[in-house]
This record gives sequence, structure tokens and C-alpha cells, in this order.
Amino acid sequence: MNELLVHFDAGEALLRGTTKRSRRVRNRLASIWMAGSVLVAIVPLALVIGYVVVKGIGQLTPDWFTKDLPAVTRKASGGMGPAIVGTLLITGVAAAMAVPLGVLGAIYLHEYGGRGRLARLIRFMADVMTGVPSIVMGLFVYTVWTISHGLSAFGGALALACLMLPIIIRTTEEMLRLVPDELRQASYALGNRKWRTIITVVLPAAFGGITSGVMLAVARAAGETAPLVFTIGAARNLNLSIFNGPTTALSVQIFGNAQTPFEAAQARAWGAALTLVALVFILTILARVVSARVARRHNA
Amino acid sequence: MTEGITREETSELMTGSAPESTEAAIPAVDPATVFDVRDLDVFYGNFRAVRDVNLEIRQREITAFIGPSGCGKSTVLRCFDRMNDLIEGARVEGQVLYHGVDLYDPRIDPVEVRKRIGMVFQKPNPFPKSIYDNIAFGPRIAGTRANLDDIVEHALRRSALWDEVKDRLKKSAMGLSGGQQQRLCIARAIAVEPEVILMDEPCSALDPIATARIEDLMQELKSEYTIIIVTHNMQQAARVSDRTAFFTTEVNPDSDTRTGRLVEFATTQKIFSAPDDERTENYITGRFG
Repeated sequence: MNELLVHFDAGEALLRGTTKRSRRVRNRLASIWMAGSVLVAIVPLALVIGYVVVKGIGQLTPDWFTKDLPAVTRKASGGMGPAIVGTLLITGVAAAMAVPLGVLGAIYLHEYGGRGRLARLIRFMADVMTGVPSIVMGLFVYTVWTISHGLSAFGGALALACLMLPIIIRTTEEMLRLVPDELRQASYALGNRKWRTIITVVLPAAFGGITSGVMLAVARAAGETAPLVFTIGAARNLNLSIFNGPTTALSVQIFGNAQTPFEAAQARAWGAALTLVALVFILTILARVVSARVARRHNA
Repeated sequence: MTEGITREETSELMTGSAPESTEAAIPAVDPATVFDVRDLDVFYGNFRAVRDVNLEIRQREITAFIGPSGCGKSTVLRCFDRMNDLIEGARVEGQVLYHGVDLYDPRIDPVEVRKRIGMVFQKPNPFPKSIYDNIAFGPRIAGTRANLDDIVEHALRRSALWDEVKDRLKKSAMGLSGGQQQRLCIARAIAVEPEVILMDEPCSALDPIATARIEDLMQELKSEYTIIIVTHNMQQAARVSDRTAFFTTEVNPDSDTRTGRLVEFATTQKIFSAPDDERTENYITGRFG
């Protein structure tokens, strides 16, 4: 009789516990709070992109991409060709310098340096460099390069490469850390040497993540203005030379045009902003597609 | 005849010395003895993990290492392909003779050792590549000129996986079940045609059916390969092995650390029916460990 009572009580208690009202209410509130936060976080992002598209889309005519910058900013004329080419050139050269250095540096840090003194020092310096304001990088390149060699796309690329390098080193190292040690062991156990293990096993496994990190760095660099103001000058005409003569870039054009009181110039700033956003967007998608394809080939 | 081939093989392991000198260095040994371990101690830094191991591994037999956790059976296993080298601070004293050549001779290149002595790990660790590329990995890095398709098919057939995967060789190995992944790892190991396969608790992450298949496979492979298996499972050692080594731990008198020791090494039948050492008897009867 007593046992039956205990049995009955236990079932009752279980029922009461699971249907507690206050618990359900708290669950509901927390869910709403989280969903609301996501929405609020998305709003500014959507507004920025929407605003840039609405304000800038009118500028994107064929002339915009091909014509030189107008001599007089007051009037609506000319195009943004030199700035588009300049941004691509400067960012491209910067990436060509920073990506191999950064990836190789990260491989050294994670696969060879380990917890050694040199590795710790490099890691610390990379962290410090990530926090250095971009204008300081510009100033640095201005003193060591631009003063003696003059304004050029290369100076801008140097400054951007300095900005990209720590980001690439740190993200790549994180991605290498995610590659399970079991894979390295499996490779060594098959008589594969260390450098070859890195090339045939570790890098393919980390490829997607490394590409993401690189793209983050490229996107960040492509939008930088401050380091370019010192180093590339302000050209109106297309300059395809990397080392000779001033050039211009989209970010610099946004900065310059937005400051003027002229409506035509302000419109050009919006156009340049949209072009820059679109450029980064296209590059990111391109990188995703390429990395997915490479990953498929390597990892089946 | 067998001995002659053996000598050639082992002298290939040496790097940076003339063949004549290695020839002289190789003592006359029983060709059926693959490994002869003499007074082996393994250290991690100052900590002695295993001490005084003496045993002989015979060709085309399955040797099982059993014992409680921390007794150093995996540590000893990893001496046979020098995988301990990858652990910082690991150091070996004594000798591990492979067909008469000490694997820890300074002239030995550990990478060459690992080409001849394959390893299967506790957790299946296929590469995130296709099934085909997993098997072809070893032969490719060895620069084989043979037909890769044939090598892949042979290795998969040998490890009883061919029928299950032949239609999806280009699919990712990560899509296989745990048991299939482990057999794939065995196939990957035998694709480079090693003489010995080391297995470090190969079934501990598998269900009983997958375990049974791996055990059957080991019996199959015994005709061509020498196998050393570390296992926590005494029944498994009793089922599959020809010889068994029982390891245990001893508390060091001067500190509270424990060092592994080989207690008894004999035929599996003897170890499980009439062991000489009381500690072995206690362990296999479940009174300890």
C-alpha cells in the first residue's frame, strides 16, 4: 500500500515539474530576447547596404567604369575608372605580398615554432600589429618609402600589406590549429615527411578557413583610406604603373568627394561607395567558389 | 635466402653510410625475428614511462600487448615505428632491433622506418579526401610507378572493404561508418606494403560487429604481415593473438609516479591458462586492473 503511494507521488511530482508555468514563461522570454537581438543587429547592416545602393546606383553608367576623373568636381561628368583600377591594383599588389608571407609565417608559427621564444614573440607582435591604427601604417610607409621614392601605388600597397599581414597570420594559425593532430599522425605513420605532410594533408584540410581569413584581410584593406592618403597621392588619370607616379583609389575618392559642398561630387562619392561594396562582395563570392572547388578536388 | 633479402632491406634503412659497414654491423639473427627489444626504457622528459622491456616479435604472428591504463603498452608500440619521436621530450634507452638493425641508431631515418612499419590508430583517422585518395596517399608519396588503380583495389580487397565501397571510390571517406573507416585505415596502411602493422587499440571506438570484422581481418592479414596489437580487451587478445605480453605499472619509491613494466611475455595460450607470474594471473582473472 505504502509502495503504491510512493509510486503515485513520484509520477505526480514529475508531471508538476515539467509543466511549471514560470519555466515556460522564462523560456519564451529568453527566446524572444535572442531573436530580437538578431533582428536589431541586422537592421543597421541592411540599412547601410540599402542606402548605399539607393544613393549610388544612379552613377553606375558605362562611362563610370571607363572615363577618367573629371577635372572640375562641381559638375557631373567623367567617371571613376582610375580609382577602380587603382583600388584593384593596390589591393592586388598588397595581397600578393601579404598572403604568401602571412600564410608561410602562420605555418612556421603553428607547425614549426610551437611554444618557442621566437614564435611567442612573433605571435605577440602580430597581435599588437592588428591593433595598430591604419593611419600609423600609412605614416610608417610614408617615412620609409614615399619620402625617398615618391607617391605611387606601391607605397599604398606596402601600407595595406602591413595591415593585412597580422590578420592573415592570426586567422591562418587558428585554422591550422583546427586541423586534428590525428591527420598529421596518420600521414607521418605512412612515411610522409613533415613538409610534405603540411602540403598534402594540413593545408588542404585548412584551405577553406585560410581563404576566409585572407578574404577578410583583403576586404578590410580594400576599404582603407587613411594609409592611402599619404602614400598614393591623387591622380585624375589612369595610372597602370605600380612604382611610378601618383594614382587614386575608391576609398580616397569617397573621402575627397564627400567633403565637398557640390551635389555632383557627393553623388560620385555614393557611386564610389557602391562600387567598393560591390567589388568586395564579388571578390568574396569568387574566393568562396574557388575555395569550394579546390576543397572538393582535394578532399573529394 | 630470406636472411639475404632481410639484410638488403635493413641496410636500406641506413642513411649516410657505406653498405659494407652496415653489413658488418648486422649480427647474425633468426630471420623469423622481426623485432628484438633489449632493455628498453622510454622517458618523457625526466619521467621514466617504461623500463626494462625485453621481448621478441616473430614474423607473421599476432602479438598482443595487454595491461592496465598507463602501463606503457602504447608507448612501447610507438617505439617500433619511432612515432614517439614526434612527442617533445620523448627519449629511448636500450635497443629495438629490426632484423638485427637498431631502429634508434643515429644513422636511421625515422621516415624510412615508418614506410616499412605501418600503424593503425585508436580513433579511425581517414584523411578528409576520397576513399581512393586515402589509399593512394602512401604509394603516391613513395613515388610508386605501379598502377594506382590496381594498388587501391588490392588494398581494399585485402581489407575486406572493396565490395562495400567499389561504387563510391571518389566519394569522401568521411561518409563511411566508424568500422568501415577503420578498415580503410588498415587498407591505407597495407597499400604501402609494410612488413609490420602496429595497431593501437584499433577497436576501442567500434561496436561489437565492427570489432569482429576487424578481428577476422587480422587473421586474414596474418599470412602476409606481422601484427602487433595493443588492446584493453583481454578477450580480444585471447581470441586473436599468438603471443601476449602483459604489462603493469609499478609505483616508483621516490615519487608518486608510475612506471610501466613488462611482467610476462609468452604464448597467448600460456598467458591465459597457466601464467608464471601471479600479477598476470590476477589481471586476467579480473582481480586487478
